[in-house]
Amino acid sequence: MTTEILLAGFGGQGVLFAGKILAYCGLMDSKELSWLPSYGPEMRGGTANCSVCISDEPIGSPLVLAPDILVAMNQPSFDKFIDAVKPGGKVFVDSTLIESKCERTDIDCYYIPSSQLADENELKGGSNIILLGKLIKESGLFSFETMKKAIEKVVPPAKAQLIANNFKAIEIGMNN
Amino acid sequence: MERNLMKGNEALAEAAIRAGCKCFFGYPITPQTELAAYMAKRMNKAGGVFLQAESEIAAVNMVLGAASTGVRAMTSSSSPGVSLKSEGISYIAGSDLPAVIINVQRGGPGLGGIQPSQADYWQATKALGHGDFHLLVYAPASVQEMVDMVVTAFDRADKYRMPAMILADGLLGQMMEPVSFPEINANAYDKSGWAADGHKNNREHHIINSLYLKPDELQKSVYDRFERYEQIKAEETDAELYLTEDCDILLCAYGATARVVKSAVNSARELGIKAGMFRPKTLWPFPVKEINEAAKNAKCLLDIEMSMGQMIDDVKLAINCSKPVHFFGRTGGVIPTPAEILEEIKKVGGAE
Amino acid sequence: MAVVFERPKSLIDVSTHYCPGCTHGIVHRILCEVIDEMGIEGDTIGVCPVGCSVMAYDYFNCDMIEAPHGRAPAVATGVKRTNPDKFVFTYQGDGDLAAIGTAETVHSATRGENIVVIFINNTIYGMTGGQMAPTTLPGQVTQTTPFGRDPELAGYPVRVCEMLSTLTGTAFAQRVAVDSVAHVREAKKAIRKAFENQKEKRGFSIVEVLSTCPTNWGLSPLEAIKRLQDEMIPYYPLGVYKDVTAEGGNE
Repeated sequence: MTTEILLAGFGGQGVLFAGKILAYCGLMDSKELSWLPSYGPEMRGGTANCSVCISDEPIGSPLVLAPDILVAMNQPSFDKFIDAVKPGGKVFVDSTLIESKCERTDIDCYYIPSSQLADENELKGGSNIILLGKLIKESGLFSFETMKKAIEKVVPPAKAQLIANNFKAIEIGMNN
Repeated sequence: MERNLMKGNEALAEAAIRAGCKCFFGYPITPQTELAAYMAKRMNKAGGVFLQAESEIAAVNMVLGAASTGVRAMTSSSSPGVSLKSEGISYIAGSDLPAVIINVQRGGPGLGGIQPSQADYWQATKALGHGDFHLLVYAPASVQEMVDMVVTAFDRADKYRMPAMILADGLLGQMMEPVSFPEINANAYDKSGWAADGHKNNREHHIINSLYLKPDELQKSVYDRFERYEQIKAEETDAELYLTEDCDILLCAYGATARVVKSAVNSARELGIKAGMFRPKTLWPFPVKEINEAAKNAKCLLDIEMSMGQMIDDVKLAINCSKPVHFFGRTGGVIPTPAEILEEIKKVGGAE
Repeated sequence: MAVVFERPKSLIDVSTHYCPGCTHGIVHRILCEVIDEMGIEGDTIGVCPVGCSVMAYDYFNCDMIEAPHGRAPAVATGVKRTNPDKFVFTYQGDGDLAAIGTAETVHSATRGENIVVIFINNTIYGMTGGQMAPTTLPGQVTQTTPFGRDPELAGYPVRVCEMLSTLTGTAFAQRVAVDSVAHVREAKKAIRKAFENQKEKRGFSIVEVLSTCPTNWGLSPLEAIKRLQDEMIPYYPLGVYKDVTAEGGNE
């Protein structure tokens, strides 16, 4: 089985980083996986998105066009990708920044005020990780333990003090 | 073996270092820049040389200089930059020097775009510079293959004393996948018979040269090279054959496109359409034997590329135009989708 | 009988293809004398790009590389960076060094590449039959300036030593000539100095040699020497333009 995930938002929101954590989760669980960023000028302030595929089989096309899971971190991304989500798919929305509600009934949409939660808990820039916490809780794609291991791998040694913050963000996501 | 998660561009760089590449000369261009950045970080620590050149032209000539002394040397770029390197590549080929050149393709012509493309197939396989020559061209379809092919490219470049190219694209360069690194023997070939590294007063002086003013001498040097090419054609072709044994319709694709095609082939099979895929891993030499094997039961072929159709020429030549060869392509940085390829499969093969 | 004068060992005993009266032979000779005197032939790699001296690999007995037009400093960079203990020189003409290879010249200098560049300035493209070079003097008649070089149309000559001496990476820049015995001796001293600089890892050294091209100038060898003295030296003054070993030599 292959799970195709699309993460989208503004450049600087940590969309690629969140995707990287999911990719490393796949690595920790000995899955096949791919991580593909959008690249180019949009990286510097425009919209950024990132395709992640997790599978038991070798990955075919790494480009996610119809995601099983969408993580939307801003309104343009929500508007652009909500109709592309596969029936039965799951959508994780930062409801602090996205006012819209999903009109589709064939997908599950979770609204988490992740930017607000990050601010309240003094986790600057942690909105992306809070959404990942919610994602693993609702999808069962990875365990908390796997994601902790992934974070330890992804966070560069120079920023090791951020590891605890990221763990906290996951827990907030899982409990909201 | 340990699995690491790496971007294609970084994996190319790490594989080169592990393959004994002692120097990298580059120039920034999207979408291959991570490769140079990785080299800048790692190469000096690995005991090699990283140098950012003033131009692609200078970079490839630095490779020529280093390769002349017998060390493993590499440069990398993306399409417009590779055009600039073509002069040096022709000289490297004409001087019988081993070197590895990476092309992480983007859309063209001209400045084109920065999204993935396969529009440099003709350039890589037919005309990377002036004169009668070839270079080995490897087309990876995954980050792991990028690693494996860099290792092979250095080895075969040394073995045959000729330039080798990794023809990748922006999608492969930018994506991350798990990779593991094989054990590598970087010193399999003795270069002391030709390398210009100072004669120490104990041998004749060595000359690295591509100039032959007498036509019969130049002809002989080209004949000699083409004799080697015949051996390479016989021994170095490589391809993946996927579900080809019983296929009615044979899709042909290389590199990143082949991954999309594979997804479409699987969907076609689910619909009961007997589709298969031929994926050349070497573009020069083109796997003629392998495609004929793959196509033996097919009623038609469908060539898919991120270009207006370049490899299709080799496909038709390889099967001697014995079967219809259809084409579907996207270009300019547009990546074909599995759905639209499936439609093409239905169009050309499903009706039968 | 004592031998007082002989062919340098590193200069191969063959007839060259150079025209009668051409000064390449003098420069080859003094370059090889320096290589012999320093005893470095076995550790030297020469790079000759396209131009009249493209076949110098048949004349110099050290290891040799023939480079694409203008690219010798880049090729030499690749050699030197991977073989820092070897001596590396380029031997380039004016079209090669100051037109098609300007970028390679300037950037190898500014990087302070520890190489020696021998630059033959004869104000003309010799090998292709006498076209305008970047160093062709105003008013000079060539195949592609049949009415004399008109700066209005073709711009002005490049003064290479002056230009390169402004770069921090340049360790040594001297312009010499081979029109007289005294000047030839001076030229040899400059080449020796350049190789000593490489030995001491001082960086980029260039010796610009004002030379003649009787064939393409349409002059006899003696007339050519006279033109060098009367027209070239006033435009391209001889002298040391940069020397980091001199007092206050570098910033």
